[in-house]
Amino acid sequence: MRGKEAILELKHVSKNFGGITASDDICISVPRGHIYGIIGPNGAGKTTLFNMITGVYDTTEGEIYFKGKKINGLPTATIAKLGIARTFQNIRLFGSLSVYDNILTACQKNITYSLLDGLFRTPKCRSQEKAMATYCEELLEAVGLIKYRDQQADNLPYGLQRRLEIARAMATSPELILLDEPAAGMNDEESMALTAFVQSLRDKYGITIVIIDHHMDVVMALCDRITVLNFGQLLANGSPDEIQSNPDVIEAYLGVDD
Amino acid sequence: MLEYWLGVATLTGIYMIAVLGMSILTGFTGLFSVGHAGFMAIGAYTSALLTKTYGIPIVFGIIFAMAAALLVGLLIGYPTLKLKGDYFVIATLGIGQATKLIIENLTDITGGARGLTGIPEGSSFLTVLIIVLVVIWILSNFLRSKQGRNCVAVREDELAAASIGTKVASYKLLAMGISCALCGLSGALLAHYMQYLSPSMFSIVKSDELVMTVILGGTGSLTGSVIASLVLIPLPEVLRFGAIQEWRMVFYGLLVVLVIIFKPSGLMGNKEISIAGIRQIFKNIGLKLKHEKAK
Repeated sequence: MRGKEAILELKHVSKNFGGITASDDICISVPRGHIYGIIGPNGAGKTTLFNMITGVYDTTEGEIYFKGKKINGLPTATIAKLGIARTFQNIRLFGSLSVYDNILTACQKNITYSLLDGLFRTPKCRSQEKAMATYCEELLEAVGLIKYRDQQADNLPYGLQRRLEIARAMATSPELILLDEPAAGMNDEESMALTAFVQSLRDKYGITIVIIDHHMDVVMALCDRITVLNFGQLLANGSPDEIQSNPDVIEAYLGVDD
Repeated sequence: MLEYWLGVATLTGIYMIAVLGMSILTGFTGLFSVGHAGFMAIGAYTSALLTKTYGIPIVFGIIFAMAAALLVGLLIGYPTLKLKGDYFVIATLGIGQATKLIIENLTDITGGARGLTGIPEGSSFLTVLIIVLVVIWILSNFLRSKQGRNCVAVREDELAAASIGTKVASYKLLAMGISCALCGLSGALLAHYMQYLSPSMFSIVKSDELVMTVILGGTGSLTGSVIASLVLIPLPEVLRFGAIQEWRMVFYGLLVVLVIIFKPSGLMGNKEISIAGIRQIFKNIGLKLKHEKAK
């Protein structure tokens, strides 16, 4: 395992929507290089947490730190540029674009040419575009989507759409990826493939991954640490083994006999 | 007769520039406007008045026209593009109507509803043709650049665009700026071609025609916008004999309905025709023929 310092820290984060408390005093610390799981029943506030980390919502109370820098309150695009990428629970691809264009659009970090360079296609623009094209081809190859390069994103099978969304997030060269239910709606075989894919992202590129999912087998197999949420509150933090034997978690998931 | 058709061609080119601007805004960035004739009017009157009253060269008149349309466009766009939903469309409707009314009522400067005459002549067919080609070249470069891709990303999904680091509001404003500058250019060329301007040339019907041409050509296709312009803009001239002209908008409406039913993505969808693409097609045909022969 790489360094143990926390890449992402949530300190006493709360979010209210009117009178409803979606997240209540959540503290989470994600070490760099970990695959970190967030689980909990429907409506536990998992996606709300992601939306706060990525700046879609501001926090009502509390602070979020990324690499030691406070990020809550910043716009979504700025946070993305800092190095946090994400996927969405209900896939959000650039549907009418090709697989390749989806990836290419996300590759912006190393493009420094100005609007004028773009309008007149100067040598600076050409050389950077060429480098990006090579990078995108390589990325597509690496994630196993090169076969579908010119297909329209909307026409891909569901599992591949999920994969493309993760690849698009990768194309922003992030340090942290938030995956919102990547295995949702997948059969066992597909979710096995996904597990291996996510694992390879961490091992190959050293990216820290936070994953929300309902598939216990996926989460337990992948994650180094897990946080369990219930009704917006933090129920437990711990390793997969600790979580599996935690009586509170079992109660939240299965209920108990009176 | 030749001169007449050359005139039709020049006008087609002039309006095509405005349509191309709208193509970036509506087709590629997904923002609707029903008031862009207003920006044409701003460009037209700016260049006309500057060249007529102060005698500055037409080239500078046109540059000022673009700058004026761009400035007004950005001033309107900055507060409205950040809003969600239909507020932007409503704002463009307002600016389109307001511009026309202001011109009508500033009788001393603009000649009001009676029109403005004696504008220096300047837009020949050749000039317009060259400008159209340059605009197409620049826009196709734009669409292949990072900035162009970000505009398309905004059209496809704003939240997803933001999540990859695209500043959504800035790119909407960029598209607005490009469309307004091109409408200003188009208006200025129109002024120096017609040598006469009246507010009725920039009514809401004109704005609607601009959007409709883009939609019929295919949202997300520059080629589509060019082809649709070539077909639809000369149409009133072709149909001008007899009472048919009155039926022009009916014809437009019918065309839109037919496209919605049979090809909702427009004539070209989001496909482009490029020289490289055509070459590829010929190459493929060549390969096929060779294959046949080998058999």
